[in-house]
Amino acid sequence: MSKDEIIAAIRKNKPAETALPSIPAFTYAQGELLPTFITMVEAGGGRVIEASSPDELPALASTLFPDAEIIASSLPEIKGNVRLSDIGQPQKLEPVDAAVIRGQLGVAENGAIWASEADCGHRVLPFITQHLAIVLAPEDLVCNMHEAYSRIQVNATGFGLFIAGPSKTADIEQSLVIGAQGARSLAVILLPRTD
Amino acid sequence: MKVGLFIPCYIDQFYPQVGIATLELLEKLGCEAEYPPGQTCCGQPMANTGCERDAIATYHHFIDTFQAYDHIVTPSGSCTYHVRKHYDIIEQTEAVKKVRSGVLDLSEFLHDVLKVSSLDSRFPHRVGLHQSCHGLRGLRLGSGTERVVEPNSKLEALLRLVDGIELVELSRPDECCGFGGTFAINQPDISVKMGKSRIADHESKGVEVLTAGDMSCLMHLEGIIRRQKKNIRVKHIAEILNGAPL
Amino acid sequence: MKQHADKAADFLRNEARADWHDEALWFVRAKRDKATHGVPEWETLRELASGIKEHTLSNLDGYLEQFEANARQNGVYVHWASNAAEHNSIVHGILIAHEVKRLVKSKSMLTEECGLNEYLAEHGIEVVDTDLGERIIQLKGEPPSHIVMPAIHLKKEEVGELFHEKLQTEQGASDPKYLTEAARQHLRKKFLAAQAALTGVNFAIAQTGGVVVCTNEGNADMGVHLAPLQIHSMGIEKVIPRAEHLGVFTRLLARSATGQPITIYTSHYHRPKAGGEMHIVIVDNGRSAQLGRQGYRNALKCIRCGACMNTCPIYRRSGGHSYGYTIPGPIGSILTPGISLERYSNLPFASTLCGSCSDVCPVKINIHEQLYNWRQDIAKAGHLPVAKKQGMRWAGLVLARPKWYGAFGKLARWAIRRLPRFMLYNSLNLWGKGRDLPEPPEQSFKEWYHKNRIKK
Repeated sequence: MSKDEIIAAIRKNKPAETALPSIPAFTYAQGELLPTFITMVEAGGGRVIEASSPDELPALASTLFPDAEIIASSLPEIKGNVRLSDIGQPQKLEPVDAAVIRGQLGVAENGAIWASEADCGHRVLPFITQHLAIVLAPEDLVCNMHEAYSRIQVNATGFGLFIAGPSKTADIEQSLVIGAQGARSLAVILLPRTD
Repeated sequence: MKVGLFIPCYIDQFYPQVGIATLELLEKLGCEAEYPPGQTCCGQPMANTGCERDAIATYHHFIDTFQAYDHIVTPSGSCTYHVRKHYDIIEQTEAVKKVRSGVLDLSEFLHDVLKVSSLDSRFPHRVGLHQSCHGLRGLRLGSGTERVVEPNSKLEALLRLVDGIELVELSRPDECCGFGGTFAINQPDISVKMGKSRIADHESKGVEVLTAGDMSCLMHLEGIIRRQKKNIRVKHIAEILNGAPL
Repeated sequence: MKQHADKAADFLRNEARADWHDEALWFVRAKRDKATHGVPEWETLRELASGIKEHTLSNLDGYLEQFEANARQNGVYVHWASNAAEHNSIVHGILIAHEVKRLVKSKSMLTEECGLNEYLAEHGIEVVDTDLGERIIQLKGEPPSHIVMPAIHLKKEEVGELFHEKLQTEQGASDPKYLTEAARQHLRKKFLAAQAALTGVNFAIAQTGGVVVCTNEGNADMGVHLAPLQIHSMGIEKVIPRAEHLGVFTRLLARSATGQPITIYTSHYHRPKAGGEMHIVIVDNGRSAQLGRQGYRNALKCIRCGACMNTCPIYRRSGGHSYGYTIPGPIGSILTPGISLERYSNLPFASTLCGSCSDVCPVKINIHEQLYNWRQDIAKAGHLPVAKKQGMRWAGLVLARPKWYGAFGKLARWAIRRLPRFMLYNSLNLWGKGRDLPEPPEQSFKEWYHKNRIKK
């Protein structure tokens, strides 16, 4: 059994146990969260739109994606024309022009947004769509990744991720190109909580 | 203050003026500097090539030569680093411990021990400072661009005490020159290429004199400068601090 | 076998291109500096990351078993592979069981290390690398030259030519945007047709049994979520105790790698998709032996950011292929001697020991100190060239004897002063290759001191 061999080799070779360091709180002033977050999303190639009421969302979606023929949304406020619950084969989402999903939490230091499988509607949706919008409550901003991981539960669903911008690459001569394999654009819609 | 003066082998043989400048500078600053005549080398050439065992006799010779001194000052960050860091393979007797903790690079000694705050020297030239790696990252004579710490440089602080000096800002302030001891001979192509890159940086900033805390880097760079007939001079920092004319 | 020095010399023959390569990587190093200097607690984070990894290595068996148990609980199949061959046959076995003929892969240095692509190709399975850089070199039939930017050694015109031939792009087109779009269209088809997806693993969380993969392109997720079968291959050193530790590592990884504050996608896979299957292959392949090498074990802390390559003045001027191993640069030079001391004995010497690699390393691996130590071990094992070995023995004899040293120095100075140029500068004088010798003075410092201080 390879497992037994590997574990035995590790036991034989590992160093004496050292203590696990504890992570101190690294924070900065709460007032800076929103402007920092916006700056970082924009630096990552995304854009930020501030909305004030859920009623604005359908109109916002049409302004954001004027040419989109197929829109998929995991939010009840935006209908779209794909019923995500009916999608069995993920390949069927290939024609999606634009998708709107919900974000649970945004991180000011890097503009990353956490979304679980449930927020995405479908695991592949944020990637396969040509354009992506994430609706996030500004109340759900945190300073940094330490705070983010203390708030989220990474295994609440089978899949979850941080998204920090549109898909990009610099693999050809270090030239930055937006729109590699995933979504070509990212819009973050900041919508204050109503409850 | 009595100090033991260690003049590294290649400075002794090829750049006596650097040894002289170091000695004069220490004397001017009120130190009684003694040069034990039996000294040779710190043993780094063998050790960096993987032959630490062949260096052990040299290590012991170094300890025997310098164990009488509380401060052992040398115009080389690299040799200082070697003694401090790599003399761990010989038995750590009281003498060995004393020498390892007492050895100091010249800049370190001036900056940290003598706490020199003024110098009677003038050097009205455009100077480029090459941050020799062992001094910079081994002895932490400066912050280096890699680490996120308050920027500082002991060599720069000392050079700023010299009247008329104009220190230039380089595009890559602390990239290696490519000397690397026997690396210069084992990988001559890349070693020379690295040196050329450093010289080009200094040249593009209009540097007249290229200085460093380690003459070994300067020996390598000077070799390239002379081969390529560039109009740049090299001077060890001791020479500039001692007010040597160009 | 050609040594690093020879391959570096080849690389430098086209000096303009070497300069271009150097600049391209220095640009990434500069971006890294800018990003890290924006994080005041950077040095504390490095310290933490190093400490977390150290602790994990000291209890690696426990964390791996915890990881396996939790992953199984999540409905994931976990496999263990002692070596590359076993890894490849496990992956092949899973693919056979699902009748897979088309596999998409996202970047995994581990599968490069195992030679998985070649193995599967021999067994009739199409493997498509989906990271743009990886796809480029796959189409070109070359190994990666960098662990984060696999095609950094290629010019856009060369990529253009390659894509013209393989993807039918316009002849002469070399705009990165155009070429990336062409790759996107090509790879979309591959993603949609794939029956299985395989990824590497950046971090594996013991406490939750999940794996984390970081990409900028989104290729790992395109593959994983479209194909019914997902496989993740990980080295045993990828495990970390808890999700909260990702806070430290995600802050360090992308900033060190490319100067981004975080990768665009940081994906956490815990359970298979509805109707899908998820497998994790845990691979040793020499790592547990490395754990036993006291002075070298902390190379296992590496999170594969590539910062040591970008900063290395030798890597930048010799290219990744000059190292002759999947993982090039400083980190590769301390990992390879553990694989074969003889075969890779020249790599620890491909360094000036400048120490920049250790200072950029986000997990504080003492890379340059390990290079120094490997040199000692290589010499002890008898893998130094004879000339070098004898030369150092003689140097050691001379330098321990003041009289010999004095006489030898005098002779050398005399020779440089008096000998004709052709005798000094020839193929035997490697110093003279591009450099002049110092102009030796009449008297040494020792002689001067004797005259001017002792006699006075």
